Amino acid sequence: MALTEQELRSLDYEPDTGGHFGDYGGRYVSETLMAALSELDQNYQKLKNDPDFQGEFDADLASFVGRPSPLYHAERWSKAIGGAQIYFKREDLNHTGAHKVNNTIGQALLAKYSGKPRVIAETGAGQHGVASATVAARLGLECVVYMGADDIERQSPNVYRMKLLGAEVVPVESGSRTLKDALNEAMRDWVTNVDDTFYIIGTVAGPAPYPQIVRDFNAVVGREVKWQSKELFGQYPDALVACVGGGSNAIGLFYPFLKDTEVAIYGVEAAGHGLSTRQHAAPLCSGRPGVLHGAKTYLMDNNDGQIAHTHSVSAGLDYPGVGPEHAYLKDIGRASYVGATDEEALHAFHEVSQVEGIIPALETAHALAYTKTLAATMRPDQTVVINMSGRGDKDIFTVAKLEGISLT
Amino acid sequence: MSSYRIQQRMDALSAIGRKALIPYIVAGDPTPSVTVPAMHAMVEAGADIIELGMPFSDPFADGPVNQRGAERAIAGGTTLRGVLDTVSEFRQNDQQTPVVLMGYLNPVIAMGETAFCEACGESGVDGLLIVDMPPEEEGSLVQEAKDRGLDLIYLAAPTTTDDRLATIGQATSGYLYYVSLKGITGSSKLDTSEVKERIEHIRQHVSVPICVGFGIRTAEDAAAISSTADGSIVGTVLVSQVESLTNDPAKIPEALQSILKPMREAMDASA
Ligand SMILES: Cc1ncc(COP(=O)(O)O)c(C=O)c1O
Repeated sequence: MALTEQELRSLDYEPDTGGHFGDYGGRYVSETLMAALSELDQNYQKLKNDPDFQGEFDADLASFVGRPSPLYHAERWSKAIGGAQIYFKREDLNHTGAHKVNNTIGQALLAKYSGKPRVIAETGAGQHGVASATVAARLGLECVVYMGADDIERQSPNVYRMKLLGAEVVPVESGSRTLKDALNEAMRDWVTNVDDTFYIIGTVAGPAPYPQIVRDFNAVVGREVKWQSKELFGQYPDALVACVGGGSNAIGLFYPFLKDTEVAIYGVEAAGHGLSTRQHAAPLCSGRPGVLHGAKTYLMDNNDGQIAHTHSVSAGLDYPGVGPEHAYLKDIGRASYVGATDEEALHAFHEVSQVEGIIPALETAHALAYTKTLAATMRPDQTVVINMSGRGDKDIFTVAKLEGISLT
Repeated sequence: MSSYRIQQRMDALSAIGRKALIPYIVAGDPTPSVTVPAMHAMVEAGADIIELGMPFSDPFADGPVNQRGAERAIAGGTTLRGVLDTVSEFRQNDQQTPVVLMGYLNPVIAMGETAFCEACGESGVDGLLIVDMPPEEEGSLVQEAKDRGLDLIYLAAPTTTDDRLATIGQATSGYLYYVSLKGITGSSKLDTSEVKERIEHIRQHVSVPICVGFGIRTAEDAAAISSTADGSIVGTVLVSQVESLTNDPAKIPEALQSILKPMREAMDASA
């Protein structure tokens, strides 16, 4: 299935009208959701090229999020590794502390332009929930966030943040009581209340047109890196690295570079306790194609097709599926997908905190862990850009607990 | 090979002016041994077709009651093979009543579309309703199913546009499953006069019989729906009943009968 470089350059990397990326994606949903998805699709295809909509989006990204985010040369860390020059795309400096807000601003504006007064969202670690509650507050929209009951226990600071922002947080008790179940519950709410409700999905997963919408809103990251890298070092980077949960920060960085085949692309999945154990969250590295949450994609399931319980030290990567566009990029050979274990990620978390003065999110720490390996194989005149997708403030409780330290 | 039992059954019912009563339970809920006796008991209580749920871990079109049913079945060890074995066992004593398997695509992909359809043919399954496979996404499953004489039943919803109704009408065979309300299984807002209007409209686009489900809870609901539709599909109330008897599964078949019998009577009385 892997394509030649010539072929990879000539693709347009857009889904077909049914939302398929090659064989992946699509709209594998119950008939009850079809009308809502095609309404969303029509609205989006129209607004995508609407100057008012885009103008408002860009203005919000500048004044509310603080874009453009800097491209930062991690000089000390690069030197310590002794290979390529490493640059961090500082999404951690965004308002609310992660790339997630790029997407929630865009989708909340879609809700506003579609006349929906109520928004719902699913969340795992709480980052997307917080970002959704934030923009809902700003636009005066009612906001309900579904969150697995187990995650609510693990992530209480974010639960409180959402409440401070005026959102209602609904615990989900079904299934594994984590992110995938929150997603199921949000879809259920949406089918039932579709007339007045907009579903702000948190990553590039789900039925079409969501993977495309979320990608487009996050693609501002890669577009900025294009001019920033030219400005800083006169050319595009040699390699891009990002962590992959559902895959939104990764595709946001990758997408503007897909046709530039001289740029190597690496997505890093959560290898948990190791890819050879079943305790990880790395469907692209060791899952298989199937259908989950409305899209055909790589996923983790058992022999009988039941969706597997996943494990990762980072809640934001702890998801058994992945965005369909990544499945496609893997199969055609445009991007490589690798894993970083809990241990490797934690090691990178501490190292970057101490060497660069930046505490990364645990999700991001997976990308950092792989960058270390990759950069070491490269020359000092080469460059790697990594999406510093979020800051680690939310994770200090988790990390402290793993080290037997109590912060309360 | 299927003998198109669904069409034969619907034709036979229509000849005598009777509407189809179609119960839904989850195969293997709460344990595999309950399901075959429950199926026979439901037929005895007046069921014309049985919809058997293939349990899936992430049934996002279903409500909490049906999801818990699926979770119990999976916890009790029911696999897709197990569901097919259940149908084979049912067929040992009942060659007449059509059986439709209802579920989600991923377990089918995991078994392989060809192997699954072959096994369906061998076990005596008559139809498939794959909730998350709309006609736009039909893959090899559709041809494999047709080759083995399996009906593919599709859903239509209150929000389905006329364009799509035409597509769905072309794709569906056996019957069309009309979802009577916006929402998930087990929702409680059934408006029977609205359903009636929609069904009259849908009949202009669809030639197969139309059966209605999602939200039918009482004998009155079933009778009201059957006065316009060709059949009433009853699921969540039955799965709730199973849930209340998980500690005493031997009572399940009879308890299901006590829900279905009044429905049958009310439907026949209003026919
Ligand atoms: C900082 C950060 N990075 C990455 C992710 C993973 O999501 P995605 O793969 O969609 O970027 C999350 C999710 O919560 C996150 O908070």
